[in-house]
Amino acid sequence: MTIQAHPATASHAILETARRQVLEDGIGLTEAQLVEILQLPDEALPAALQLAHEVRLKHCGEDVEVEGIISIKTGGCPEDCHFCSQSGLFDSPVRGVWLDIPELVKAAKETAATGATEFCIVAAVRGPDIKLMNQIKFAIDRINEEVDINIACSLGMLTQRQVDQLAEWGVHRYNHNLETARSYFPEVVTTHSYEERLETCAMVKAAGMELCCGALIGMGETLEQRAELAAQLAALEPHEVPLNFLNPRPGTPLENQGIMDGKDALRAIAAFRLAMPRTVLRYAGGRELTLGDLGTREGLLGGINAVIVGNYLTTLGRPATADLNLLVELNMPIRELQKTL
Amino acid sequence: MIPNRSLTSQARPGNPAVVAPVSTGSTTGEFCGHCGEAYDGGDAPPSYAHRQCEVLLQLEPPRYCTACGRRMKVQVTPIGWSAECSRHGVLAS
Repeated sequence: MTIQAHPATASHAILETARRQVLEDGIGLTEAQLVEILQLPDEALPAALQLAHEVRLKHCGEDVEVEGIISIKTGGCPEDCHFCSQSGLFDSPVRGVWLDIPELVKAAKETAATGATEFCIVAAVRGPDIKLMNQIKFAIDRINEEVDINIACSLGMLTQRQVDQLAEWGVHRYNHNLETARSYFPEVVTTHSYEERLETCAMVKAAGMELCCGALIGMGETLEQRAELAAQLAALEPHEVPLNFLNPRPGTPLENQGIMDGKDALRAIAAFRLAMPRTVLRYAGGRELTLGDLGTREGLLGGINAVIVGNYLTTLGRPATADLNLLVELNMPIRELQKTL
Repeated sequence: MIPNRSLTSQARPGNPAVVAPVSTGSTTGEFCGHCGEAYDGGDAPPSYAHRQCEVLLQLEPPRYCTACGRRMKVQVTPIGWSAECSRHGVLAS
């Protein structure tokens, strides 16, 4: 995919507005303005990405945050998120499996060795039970003993007590995605509500943990709904937004959903950056399929300032060295470790 | 390029089902590592029907044992993966 600059892009009023509003004043675009970004013609895409990159540099800096993620409990989830191969309700080839603590610590060491500062422990659950919480406590203690890395968790919906426990145990950041726009959510998930997700996000923030709240685009939502999602995320003011692109998984209700267009994905990257000028915007799952190597570079030069290094939870990513070498080539330093909690 | 794979023996006490591992890689054996279906008698695996599976296996670990077609327990980590067949052992990246 090659995006050529076009002189006519300067005439797109929304980009001029965004330059003043977002770049100069630091105010994210509104939902209606984001629709305009997402509807920009291909010839305006390079200018949109360039502007998003300038916004990222001005409001976030030049460094890139690197993270590794791992599944402590895979498969068998009681929820019906239609994109997810780990739901126990679908005929997915993913089998249930638990990772033991020594393997988890080993993975944390390997992740830290890449230069990553974040290690996110993920479980495919509606919410954690006592057994899982005990496992998480043990894992956190063991990792902290042996590895210098921030620990994040993604364990589904939490109770207030669980939020308080995770904060007390030193969990640096908690991930709980909105996934899609409120208006499209019932098409994707029926076993819990958007409001339940928002409740967990609010508790996480109130407890002082950094909130990681992401998106999964390309599930059949409209451009308007994509803009709605970006605006809803911006309203939450998360510390980080991981941006996933649908990788249609066998056996899931979305297995026949096509892979989204790469230029639409890049427009979404620019739009999300222009909606949230100060947020960590992370490349997450699906970029290998949707954008490929060249698109990965364009996104990093178009608003992205964080990556998940290596593999995902059930699928494989680019080799860690490929992303790390690309960051060197782009002269983007890796963010250094800061234990903030 | 398909990730480099090697076998690691993981015979466990009390688990007689685990025997000496054989290759469960995606292009050896009688079953497709991606979809679990039997190869269909093409010149050499992967046959035409499974070429797309081979492409997909560049971005995901095998889910089925190519020796017996059983679904495997797969664990993905940031820099690797392992897949365990109850009969044929563990395959790792």
